[in-house]
Amino acid sequence: MNKILEKRQLSANVWRMKLEAPLIARERKAGQFVIVQVVEEFGERIPLTIGNASAEEGWIEIIFQTVGETTMKLSRREVGEYLPAVTGPLGRPTEITNYSKDGRKGWVVVVGGGIGVAPSHPIVQAFRAAGNRVTMIMGARTKELIIMEEEMRKAADEVVIVTDDGSYGRKCLVTEPLKEFCELPEKPDEVVIIGPPVMMKFAALATKPYGVKTIASLNSIMIDGTGMCGGCRVTVGGQTKFVCVDGPEFDAHQVDFDNFIKRLGSFKKEEADHKCRSGLFAN
Amino acid sequence: MTPQERMKIPPQEMPQQDPHVRAHNMDEVALGYTAEMAKTEASRCMNCPTKPCMNGCPVAVNIPGFLAKAAEGDFAGALAIIRETSLLPAVCGRVCPQEKQCQKFCTMGKLLKDQSKAVAIGRVERFCADFVRVSGEQAKTGVLPPTGKRVAVVGSGPASITCAADCARAGHEVTMFEAFHKPGGVLVYGIPEFRLPKAIVSEEIDGLKRLGVKIETNFVAGRTRKVRDFIDKDGFDAVFVGTGAGLPKFMGIEGENLIGVFSANEYLTRANLMKAYDESHADTPFWHGKRVVVLGGGNVAMDASRMALRLGADAVYLVYRRGAGEMPARAEEVEHAKEEGVEFHLLQNAKRILGDENARVTGIECLKYELGEPDASGRRSPVAIEGSEFTIPCDTVIVAVGNGSNPLIASTTAGLDVDKRGHIVTDGSGRTSVKGVYAGGDIVLGAATVILAMGEGRRAAASINADLAEK
Repeated sequence: MNKILEKRQLSANVWRMKLEAPLIARERKAGQFVIVQVVEEFGERIPLTIGNASAEEGWIEIIFQTVGETTMKLSRREVGEYLPAVTGPLGRPTEITNYSKDGRKGWVVVVGGGIGVAPSHPIVQAFRAAGNRVTMIMGARTKELIIMEEEMRKAADEVVIVTDDGSYGRKCLVTEPLKEFCELPEKPDEVVIIGPPVMMKFAALATKPYGVKTIASLNSIMIDGTGMCGGCRVTVGGQTKFVCVDGPEFDAHQVDFDNFIKRLGSFKKEEADHKCRSGLFAN
Repeated sequence: MTPQERMKIPPQEMPQQDPHVRAHNMDEVALGYTAEMAKTEASRCMNCPTKPCMNGCPVAVNIPGFLAKAAEGDFAGALAIIRETSLLPAVCGRVCPQEKQCQKFCTMGKLLKDQSKAVAIGRVERFCADFVRVSGEQAKTGVLPPTGKRVAVVGSGPASITCAADCARAGHEVTMFEAFHKPGGVLVYGIPEFRLPKAIVSEEIDGLKRLGVKIETNFVAGRTRKVRDFIDKDGFDAVFVGTGAGLPKFMGIEGENLIGVFSANEYLTRANLMKAYDESHADTPFWHGKRVVVLGGGNVAMDASRMALRLGADAVYLVYRRGAGEMPARAEEVEHAKEEGVEFHLLQNAKRILGDENARVTGIECLKYELGEPDASGRRSPVAIEGSEFTIPCDTVIVAVGNGSNPLIASTTAGLDVDKRGHIVTDGSGRTSVKGVYAGGDIVLGAATVILAMGEGRRAAASINADLAEK
């Protein structure tokens, strides 16, 4: 049982929740995720990445978008209520390297799309704490969907904001500044991308010609998050990998994003039917 | 009674639900003996001097002893004898492959020249356990005074349940850690309700709680807490690892990541543990295949096939690369699957899975096989017949070709030795390469059976109890 300590609506469909989870907060590292169950007996178990956390105060933060039944129910839970299950931290932590050498600081670019900015935050902090210069590219469809800007400005050395409609920052996709960075004489040492699958696919394509090491954090369908079901499997370099135990981070240039994106839609029809029956999204 | 008289007693058939009815419900298939039937069946045992049945039992239950009690109608007494060696009779009576173990060696079967007419040991065992559970005639089991020692048990399947119970009885304070929201391991996520009602599992878990075992769910040992930290930081004196064989194997063939291809683990977990069969309540979505192909020939393959039928499939094809004689599944499950309408495709195997432009499964291309020379397992090895390709149109493929060992504990526990297949190495009594850490069940043996896992849990508990007594 995990108590909801804080809850804030960041945009129409995006929520931020602080949960009491001392055991998870103690062990978690950047890049890991939790499995959350909102309803005790008949609830679904879904993976959500961990945003910020405090081992001292015993909490973790999750940021989620209401896309289905479970996230919808989660958004209706209030401060002071308890969630029946928050399990983790799961997955392998982000590999944090200090690329600095010969007096030159290492340079890591983190790309966060939409709510992918939330899990990017601890990763930015970790790369910077290790000694690198960190540039954060934050992208969203429109201004209201840009989240955690202030915190990101504190965490990163440099923040680039882009929106599809130009309502805030540059009017372009995240791939544009990313490509420009890769074209510089001193290219980034590593790029980390977290966000909607289609964005990750194109961000990976953008860095590939430049041979810049690029890591993508994948968010597959999961049940247990411990390797037991295999529902999260992806094809990486022609081999089947489990996102939950082999990932969630993989070499983005090796990931078969087309298959990954299609697999994410496996239960679209079933979920749509379910929403109708349960009265969600009645309009 | 003379042996000749006993030979004349007719073997008692197990009453079961009508196949046409049960193929559409989740209720238990086998209905169980009546007391009279259990007595009659038990009285077929001749109490022969060699007791070959006991050699066939992985934990050597005193079978003639409990059958003699059951034949007298003393079912509580019979159960007490079983419980001397086996902790989960209601479960084992249902899921043990008796025809490959105790009943394979039964003298009655030999005399009647038909091993299917052996004394139905499993059915009587099951009756005794059910009778006592329902009647509440539970024998009190003693717990020794508290030792002040603490034992962590990782996982909550058969090996862990057994180990936890034995350590708790020795007076140790036991905490069990389970990754899912419900304890029971494979008994709750894998084996379906129609084969093992969850009320029985939950009764076993309640039994543990009565012994004082604490159960922490939603706790992934290795991640939420490292195994070594249990000892170094949390004050546990011993840790038992019984995490099972929970990493589904795939075939490694083309098309395996198409939409509509599932591991049997995923398919069954959605249906069983996440209750997706109850669609009006469950949030977890379920894949409603109409034409379902299941790959494999073990109990899990049977479970998945029969679950697919119950959840609305029009046709279920079980594709197995060897012959009927080589199938690892329990004979009864194979029978039940056939009766319910699962179509068996033996000596065939998948070559690749076919999909459409949306990456959804449309069919499976198979090859025909023939049996060659015996392989390492002693079974005749299947050999593909070249050019024999054919296609089965389908919308769902369930892969049930076994489970490997989950690497989570090994990869997060420094110094814990595993073999090349990832199984934790023990000294044969449950002790691992790390002092204070013990292991047993499928994580040591590779995917095996409930009773073997239980035996392992018991052996490891004996080692823990012996080592802690000296500490």
